[in-house]
Amino acid sequence: MIYYTILFYVFAVLAVATAFYVVFAKNVIHSAFALFGTLFAVAGLFVLLNADFIAITQIMVYVGGILVLMIFGVMLTTKIADIDIHTKNLNRIPAILFSTGITVILIFILFTTKWNIKPQVQNQETVSQIGKLMLTTYLLPFEIASIVLLVALVGSAMYARKTK
Amino acid sequence: MLESYIPIMLVLSFALIFAVVMINLSSLLGPSKPDKEKLSTYESGMEPIGTARERFSVKYYMVAVSFILFDLEVVFLYPWAISFINFPKAEMVYSLIVALIFIFILFVGLIYEYKKGVLKWD
Repeated sequence: MIYYTILFYVFAVLAVATAFYVVFAKNVIHSAFALFGTLFAVAGLFVLLNADFIAITQIMVYVGGILVLMIFGVMLTTKIADIDIHTKNLNRIPAILFSTGITVILIFILFTTKWNIKPQVQNQETVSQIGKLMLTTYLLPFEIASIVLLVALVGSAMYARKTK
Repeated sequence: MLESYIPIMLVLSFALIFAVVMINLSSLLGPSKPDKEKLSTYESGMEPIGTARERFSVKYYMVAVSFILFDLEVVFLYPWAISFINFPKAEMVYSLIVALIFIFILFVGLIYEYKKGVLKWD
């Protein structure tokens, strides 16, 4: 199990380090590519949590889709790629109050929640079980998901070509 | 189960190490005698026109948006496809019909996009 712990810390450090770079990078494109590392590391953490379907979804949707969309967004905007982004402090006092508040709440939750610590179970494949549930218990949500996607498709088409 | 990810880890780490080592080695070991012609932008032998930082047409963005939606369709169909093999024959037809309904609903959206001219490239 020592390997498990090592891998967890590798992915965790990777996720946090690249996330810091996303925030502090001066170049938008650099942030976008650093976000790639963050999303990938989070997918690795999902694998370690025995959630292989969520890891696949993370890679397919976030790394393969959303990130491409973000880079496209940068490419579509004029003169955004070359300007420096200034990361400076604005509204210092409200920001300090707000972030200390969140920190206190998170620490409070960390120490008061009864965490369920289970013994390490043998990881097993979850995708086929999810598929089976999709076709039996959750059949209606499965079909409704396609209607949600249809609405998004029609909406994006409406925005793209307003006239006609 | 976690052991089955070892090949993926190996491929990823080998690709990363190989890329980093090779790029740095070539810049370390290679001779460096730059001149004006060598430092100019390479564009398949042509003289480069304009800048590389041009605005891209919104058509690309529309294709990317449609891609994400159909990507999500694949995410939903992936567990269906994995569990399909384990079904008995009678349930196979049923699950095929279920998936076809799912695909059909999105196909309506594709037809709408096509008729609306989103995918037109002019």
